[in-house]
Amino acid sequence: MLTIQTPEAIMFWVLAPLSVVAALGMLLVKKAVHSALLLAWVMITLAIFYIAQDALFLGIVQIVVYTGAVMMLFLFILMLVGVDASDSLTETIPGLRPIAITAAIGFGGLLVSLIGRATLGHDAYGLTQANSEGNVEALAQLLFSTYVFPFEVVSALLITAALGAMVLAHHQRAVPRVSQREQAIARFRGESLGSAAGLPNPGVFARHNAVDVPALLPDGSAAPNSISATLKARGDMLDSTQFELSEVDNTVTEEK
Amino acid sequence: MNPYNYLYLSALLFTIGAIGVVVRRNAIVVFMCIELMLNAANLTLVTFSRINGTLDGQVVAFFTMVVAACEVVVGLAIIVAIYRSRRSASVDDASLLKR
Repeated sequence: MLTIQTPEAIMFWVLAPLSVVAALGMLLVKKAVHSALLLAWVMITLAIFYIAQDALFLGIVQIVVYTGAVMMLFLFILMLVGVDASDSLTETIPGLRPIAITAAIGFGGLLVSLIGRATLGHDAYGLTQANSEGNVEALAQLLFSTYVFPFEVVSALLITAALGAMVLAHHQRAVPRVSQREQAIARFRGESLGSAAGLPNPGVFARHNAVDVPALLPDGSAAPNSISATLKARGDMLDSTQFELSEVDNTVTEEK
Repeated sequence: MNPYNYLYLSALLFTIGAIGVVVRRNAIVVFMCIELMLNAANLTLVTFSRINGTLDGQVVAFFTMVVAACEVVVGLAIIVAIYRSRRSASVDDASLLKR
């Protein structure tokens, strides 16, 4: 016969509402990164519940595998993909949200009333007897005797998943990679030889020498391709005319 | 308190995850909601294992965790593959067959 001690009851009534609030917050917050952090919190509370329910091994695995590996993988992919318009909470299919919430309340109500009405025919036993020689030992005994075939199947599944991820991540080039030789040929056979020796450096020497000022060509015009494309896209490019020498003295004076 | 309260909590978390799958548009958030549903199912398994006094529920929960790990690997690879070709992680944008 299972009796639940008061500390566990207190822990449940403190952590269960917190985990439900965090799960709801996952739906309501705008940023996907915040959703991931809230989900990590839900997973940590679940790990505490597992440990409280005499599932020590699963509790540790929950923290190591879920909050450690899986959530970090989620955050990594989030950072890789970046934030885009799909984070917005606007409804794209009209009427979807009320229907979804109504259906969910119906489904949740069904589950809760089922749990409330169901009877097992016996009292809760508790795991003190099953865990008498330690939770990990008892689990290992089950895993490697009764469940040894599913265990092997799961290993095949893991290998398949690793292979599948590699196949999905494989990227076939549409065009072959341009080699250095081909780049050099393209530079010299292009329409102008102006860039054959490389692009001009930014900065108007003698007056201003910064990366955000275009270089002055020999004819006095500015060379916009001397500026980094990033600076150009950000709009940080300065106008080089203000750094030009205002009047270049072209008259040649006779040396006496 | 009786252990059935854990089952109610698990039902709530599962329902919240189901709403999330339907309502959210970011594929990664949808995927995280699926993880929440899997975790809720695991809590049910662990609770029933305790109620019944046998460890079989915990073994099944352990297998669920392994399957969930595989699912995360393949699912995130699919999301990254879609993002690379469509430049978007929104589930609404991957509707090429519709048009």
